[in-house]
Amino acid sequence: MTSATDITPTGPAATPAGLLRTMEIDTRMLGMVGALALIWIGFHLIGDGSFLTARNLWNLSVQTAVTAIVATGMVLVIVTRNIDLSVGSVLGFLGMIMAVVQAEALPPLLGFGHWSIWIIALIAGVALGMVIGAMQGAWVAYAKVPAFIVTLGGLLVWRGAAWWVTSGRTVAPLDVNFQVIGGGITGSIGEFWSWVVGAIAIAFIIFGAIRARQQRRRYGFPTKPVWAELTVTGIGVAAVLVFVWVMNSYNQPARTVAEGIVNELVAELATVDGDIDALSPETRAYVATWPEEAGEHIAALPDSSSRLVRVMQRWDGLPEVPRGIAVPVLIMLGVALVMAFLATRTRFGRYVFAIGGNPDAAELGGINTRRILLYVFVLMGALAAIAGAVQSARLNAGANSTGTLLELEAIAAAVIGGTSLAGGVGTIAGALLGALVMQSLKNGMVLLGMDTPLQNIVIGLVLVIAVFIDTIYQRRRK
Amino acid sequence: MSETGRSADRSGTPLVQMRNMSISFGGVRAVDDCSVDLFAGEVVGLLGHNGAGKSTLIKMLSGAYAPDAGQILINGETAHITNPRDAKRYGIETIYQTLALADNIDASANLFLGREIMTPFGTLDDVAMEAETRKVMYRLNPNFQKYKAPVSALSGGQRQSVAIARAIYFNAKILIMDEPTAALGPQETQQVADLILQLKREGIGIFLISHDLHDVFDLSDRLSVMKNGKMVGTVFTDDVSKDDVLGMIILGKMPDQLTQEELAKAH
Repeated sequence: MTSATDITPTGPAATPAGLLRTMEIDTRMLGMVGALALIWIGFHLIGDGSFLTARNLWNLSVQTAVTAIVATGMVLVIVTRNIDLSVGSVLGFLGMIMAVVQAEALPPLLGFGHWSIWIIALIAGVALGMVIGAMQGAWVAYAKVPAFIVTLGGLLVWRGAAWWVTSGRTVAPLDVNFQVIGGGITGSIGEFWSWVVGAIAIAFIIFGAIRARQQRRRYGFPTKPVWAELTVTGIGVAAVLVFVWVMNSYNQPARTVAEGIVNELVAELATVDGDIDALSPETRAYVATWPEEAGEHIAALPDSSSRLVRVMQRWDGLPEVPRGIAVPVLIMLGVALVMAFLATRTRFGRYVFAIGGNPDAAELGGINTRRILLYVFVLMGALAAIAGAVQSARLNAGANSTGTLLELEAIAAAVIGGTSLAGGVGTIAGALLGALVMQSLKNGMVLLGMDTPLQNIVIGLVLVIAVFIDTIYQRRRK
Repeated sequence: MSETGRSADRSGTPLVQMRNMSISFGGVRAVDDCSVDLFAGEVVGLLGHNGAGKSTLIKMLSGAYAPDAGQILINGETAHITNPRDAKRYGIETIYQTLALADNIDASANLFLGREIMTPFGTLDDVAMEAETRKVMYRLNPNFQKYKAPVSALSGGQRQSVAIARAIYFNAKILIMDEPTAALGPQETQQVADLILQLKREGIGIFLISHDLHDVFDLSDRLSVMKNGKMVGTVFTDDVSKDDVLGMIILGKMPDQLTQEELAKAH
């Protein structure tokens, strides 16, 4: 191993830049985290302490999920020097399809609230999303129509198709199990399971760091100094702990659980003229799981409004429960993990980046560039379906306008997250951060009571300035 | 007298024979009935002005273009080359003028592009690829250190060594180098020249393509000159002077047909 012996490990450097290099921390990513911290602290101070609360951060995490899921796919599309303007419309169309499947097509066949309904609806959505992605990808990769044009067409086609599914009618309510995907009252995993997820994440971080170090040692490569390794790993572990702690700090009063359930019940009672026995078997089963006296209480009450008040009073005595990580946030993190794995650990990801860096080199290297491009769009379609499921589950409705302008938010998130529109450069983690920055701005401005037009103006300016700063940074580095 | 001419044994079957190759683009005959051959351990310089058709001719060998007519034989047997992957199967590796590297990924990702080393789990084995890259790069450029940087951060010579490393790592039998030293400084040019001699000794056949005679004259055993898509002729480097070859490039005539005035004009 002649090559290995003459390599001296890099020692700790004294300058801040040197320190970062030794720890192998991406300065660009660090800059984004810094910008995010500024935004958060700024809103917190201006908004009289309303921003950095467990409640708001929990909401922020849920609000970020949909954009982030789409943005992870958008990164790969943009890395290959393409663009997808159709995702918002595709998401809307797939949301409608999934809503119709679960609320209108399946219940007559399987029975209302059947356990398998949400799975079938989701699989149908993802499969259809992949087909749509393949169609658009084929136009781009094989017919050589610019992606901008193909997906601009898709933007119109799929929005039109979304309207067509039910001629514009909104489909609601959705399947009870499906709603969990959206992070509503039943849509978070609670304190215990949040810590379990956190523990698994920490185990992965530590195991990953040790394994990477062992590998480099085995080949005699230079490794980071131990202090740098410990610092980076420590930051990762601390981030997980803080995240889980914040998610667990937002309590869901037992009362709000009851509120949601009773609201549903009242709505359902209205449709059956207050006849408890006419309620669906699922709702009656639901009632049966309540504290006994609460169930009896509702059953005994004559009119819905006073019934509501009385039930609330009964539930007020019950303790609050931490919500924990919301299901859409878990989905987002899962998607991001899978996408980061695809992007950095697989042949597919390597080829995606090679195509973006030099399409001719990729072609000459024997890579089937067209097929890779097709796969990128198929992946985008699948992600649009997942995001569509989260969005419609959150709304508890399939509406044909769902996801309007989402493509632009996803592109903005990817670009703010360091994805270069020239292709070849971008990270999944960056897209997640970008989505979080965008959503933090929106969320903060809502808390400050700014109206939507002003919000749009601010976000538009931020997008341009963010890319401008990044351009300067890139130029300096050369 | 160059010391390069002796090692090539031209008695057996040529490694590569390209016979009567023709290709047209939109009615323009870029290459018109050209033939060229190459033996193991031999360097053949392919010369001509920009647009003479030399790159186009050789791209039919590397699989980038499909010929309209002609035949390619590898070790005396007809080869079917319709894309770069076919060419690689025949042990033909190309180092392109424009440096066919993806700028945004690192040296080992480029070296293994299209032929990655995988772990048993089907994921990229980056550490193993880096180890192999370090080995082969050490042979070419012992001072090279930037294994983690995208190749856009490398110098011209470093990039060229990555491109050459990629070709030789996969046991190329036939190496095509398009303007291999065009982007390099004097020291790096010497490095590449040394490398070419080393590859020759290993029995690799090399096509050097250049529009600049001085780049290839000392390195080549034979020189084939093209002009306007046609083959002017092939000469042994030991038998001709640079002036003779210059005459072939500019006037499109073989040395024995050239008059003294024409040669003077060629300067």
